[in-house]
Amino acid sequence: MAASSRRNPPPLPGAENQDPLSEMADEDSDEGEDIFVGNSNPVAEAFQPDTANGEEPADLFSEAETSTAANSYITNSKSNGVHSDNENDLFAEVSVELSMENPSTTAKSSGAEFTPSLTLSATQPESMEQLEEEKDEDSFDMEVAVTNPEKIGDGMNAYMAYKVSTRTTLPMFRNRTFSVWRRFSDFLGLYEKLSVKHSLNGCIIPPPPEKSVVGMTKVKVGKDDSSSADFVERRRAALERYLQRVVCHPSLLQDPDVREFLERDELPRAVGTHTLSGAGFLKMINRASDAVSKMTIKISDSDAWFDNKLQEVESEELQLRKLHAVVDSLVNHRKELCGNTAVFAKSMAMLGNSEDNTALSRALSQLAEVEDKMETLHQEQAASDFFILAELLADYIRLLGAVRGCFEQRMKTWQRWQEAQSTLQKKREVEAKLLWANKPDKLQQAKEEITEWEGKVTQYERDFDRISVTVRKEFLRFEKEKSNDFKSQIVKYLESLLQSQQRHVKFWEAFLPEAKAIA
Amino acid sequence: MGPRSRHTAQEGDTLCLLEINARSVSVDLNNDASLLIDIPDALCERDKVKFTVHTKTTLSSFQKPDFSVPRQHEDFIWLHDALVETEDYAGLIIPPAPPKPDFESPREKMHKLGEGEATMTKEEYTKMKQELEAEYLAVFKKTVQVHEVFLQRLSSHPILSKDRNFQIFLEYDQDLSVRRKNAKETFGSFFKNMVKSADEVIISGIKEVDDFFEQEKTFLLDYSSKIKDSTARAEKMTRSHKNVADDYIHISATLNSLSVDDNTALKKFTNVEGRVASDEELKLTELLRYYMLDIQAAKDLLYRRARALADYENSNKALDKARLKSKDITQAEEHQQQCLQKFDKLSESGKRELTSFKGRRVVAFRKNLIEMAELEIKHAKNNMALLQGCIELLKSN
Repeated sequence: MAASSRRNPPPLPGAENQDPLSEMADEDSDEGEDIFVGNSNPVAEAFQPDTANGEEPADLFSEAETSTAANSYITNSKSNGVHSDNENDLFAEVSVELSMENPSTTAKSSGAEFTPSLTLSATQPESMEQLEEEKDEDSFDMEVAVTNPEKIGDGMNAYMAYKVSTRTTLPMFRNRTFSVWRRFSDFLGLYEKLSVKHSLNGCIIPPPPEKSVVGMTKVKVGKDDSSSADFVERRRAALERYLQRVVCHPSLLQDPDVREFLERDELPRAVGTHTLSGAGFLKMINRASDAVSKMTIKISDSDAWFDNKLQEVESEELQLRKLHAVVDSLVNHRKELCGNTAVFAKSMAMLGNSEDNTALSRALSQLAEVEDKMETLHQEQAASDFFILAELLADYIRLLGAVRGCFEQRMKTWQRWQEAQSTLQKKREVEAKLLWANKPDKLQQAKEEITEWEGKVTQYERDFDRISVTVRKEFLRFEKEKSNDFKSQIVKYLESLLQSQQRHVKFWEAFLPEAKAIA
Repeated sequence: MGPRSRHTAQEGDTLCLLEINARSVSVDLNNDASLLIDIPDALCERDKVKFTVHTKTTLSSFQKPDFSVPRQHEDFIWLHDALVETEDYAGLIIPPAPPKPDFESPREKMHKLGEGEATMTKEEYTKMKQELEAEYLAVFKKTVQVHEVFLQRLSSHPILSKDRNFQIFLEYDQDLSVRRKNAKETFGSFFKNMVKSADEVIISGIKEVDDFFEQEKTFLLDYSSKIKDSTARAEKMTRSHKNVADDYIHISATLNSLSVDDNTALKKFTNVEGRVASDEELKLTELLRYYMLDIQAAKDLLYRRARALADYENSNKALDKARLKSKDITQAEEHQQQCLQKFDKLSESGKRELTSFKGRRVVAFRKNLIEMAELEIKHAKNNMALLQGCIELLKSN
């Protein structure tokens, strides 16, 4: 995967970081070459996922030795009508460069070179209904969207299917635009596969949204109220952000599983994602044993960078959790305010009715209407609080968990190396003893083992160095992405507040003459 | 000494001197130069609030033209009850007594803050403490205001301003507590209130002879229940608003410690949100609450008059009975005359009072609604400016 991690910055050619370590890392990459050949089905807007069609297309794609030097992976953004102007402005400076160069001659650059216009925007729904995908004018390399949640089937076997649409100019895909239908377990399956392959390298793999037995059961049972609509919308938005993060990640994008996920008409049903399955239990046990071993590992790291960063991550996670709790409470209080305002508006209207002074009566009724409008405002504000702020925080809490996982991988690698070293040491002692005891045949065996273990030690050491480099790179990329993400989301949130205040002013200004007209 | 006791000591030591400027509810009071009353400052010690009642007068009935006395809440209640019990004022709407100063809510919050101190950052704690102090101050201002309004309504009333008890209240420079109710009297008044509510049930069934009063009765009964409802709802609403504002404080404090971005604007926004909540409260809720009480006072007038009517009717019956029995006729006649006179007097002054009450109410609502709307607009515009500045700052980074 040499090519994928390279970035060419737009107009500014000069700012390239030569990172010697990353060169080495890329050459030894375990991700393998991406050479695929074969036919594949034409991608149609197929609707039926998981029907037993029996087709097994050869899902391999052709890829030349080209580097897809996409320098800005801008992802699709949904917006409600009001914000579309703003978002187009953000992307106004995007330019795309595709170049075909021999990977070995290209300069490596560290993750810190992303253009500032890399943004991930979660969606702010205007209403709790489905949103249509919005085509952006500017040209990007890759856009994914998750839309049109639909309930398939009935009763307890029902599930929600989501339309995953991709628009891309990358040559590794067969078409420019295509969609497939996926269900939630497919997303989880993708995560499992990526995890297995990449987490050992120290990549930060974006975690998918959480499972929710309660939420899904309500949907399955067919409860058609706002809470299940909320749940579906929330999940849809979360899945979209998840996919967007995955395709933003340079190495993950190259992974065939990701491409398969985006392109292939039907995916084999992901096993092992069901909570109560055997695989689920196995996972839980693994996680528990991991937790125990985590407690005992402590790297005597000459590089304090990792220690510091890990501590930062841990404290940040704590803060985010706290913040998330407060934002949650904000959402609840605002909903409460909403309800109380509505009730107050009604009682004002009644008061206006029983008022005998006509002008005052009219003014009071107007006041009741204003308060009603305020209620709507509050409700919208609560939605924006939630979808913009709270979900952002929840996402990053999960992501920070993934980052920690990364660091832990590195620790495990280190531990493996140390253990190999100590095994080697023991073998050497055995050899020394055999020498002294003069047993030539056993000695030969011992020598062989020593060579074997020496090889292992060297390899593990190299693994460790490599993973350290990857982790560092990943972390820096993550930090950059995070700060951009936060900034853009907070700007979005403030803009929604601003808009709400504008309407606030309008309503009260309309009321003022009524109040003045009281005589 | 743990944090808790420290805070109670702090509360106890808080002596707040205040310049009161806002008159939110009262309208057209205190413009009769012959008797000007205000409460220029007040002290709060622990639970008790000591008001300084300042009088400026040109009337000769007072000993000095300009003087001040310290008074407590209980003194105001004494004055109100004294006026209510005066027979001569039966035909008047007695201004409602000011409610007892209620520091319960901020005190509870202070307590919670003390307990939660360990879990908060220093900055968050200071911010919350500031908020709390502002809230405390708002309650304080409110209570001073209602007490002042009470006195000013008395001073602007042609009849009540001449009341002897009122004069004593304003002038007497010793402690009034000797003249205040002792326990027995308090119990007696409690009992009286019980009887009154029983009366109300009986009396609202009495056939009204006068159209004006019939209308008034219907209107007041209906309006009273509606306004009570509205007041309760308004309180709930402003409390929710305050909660939202508090949440923003926590958010900005946590964001601060994350130092994710420049959030000074968010902090200012929380201030403004908090202030919007308390301004809303001051204007709307207080208006409603005040008029709820006032309407109760108007209703009381109606009931007194209805009782007088009942007495009159009873006296008529008694007279008839006496005539039948040919016994004590003169007595009965006199009694009937008295009742009639009383009733007439009540009706006449009652009509006057109720009409002026109506006018007063309309004017007060107008003023407060205008002020509230203007404040909302002002705050929303402030918020907008803040938010715009913040957004620009973030975008340019």
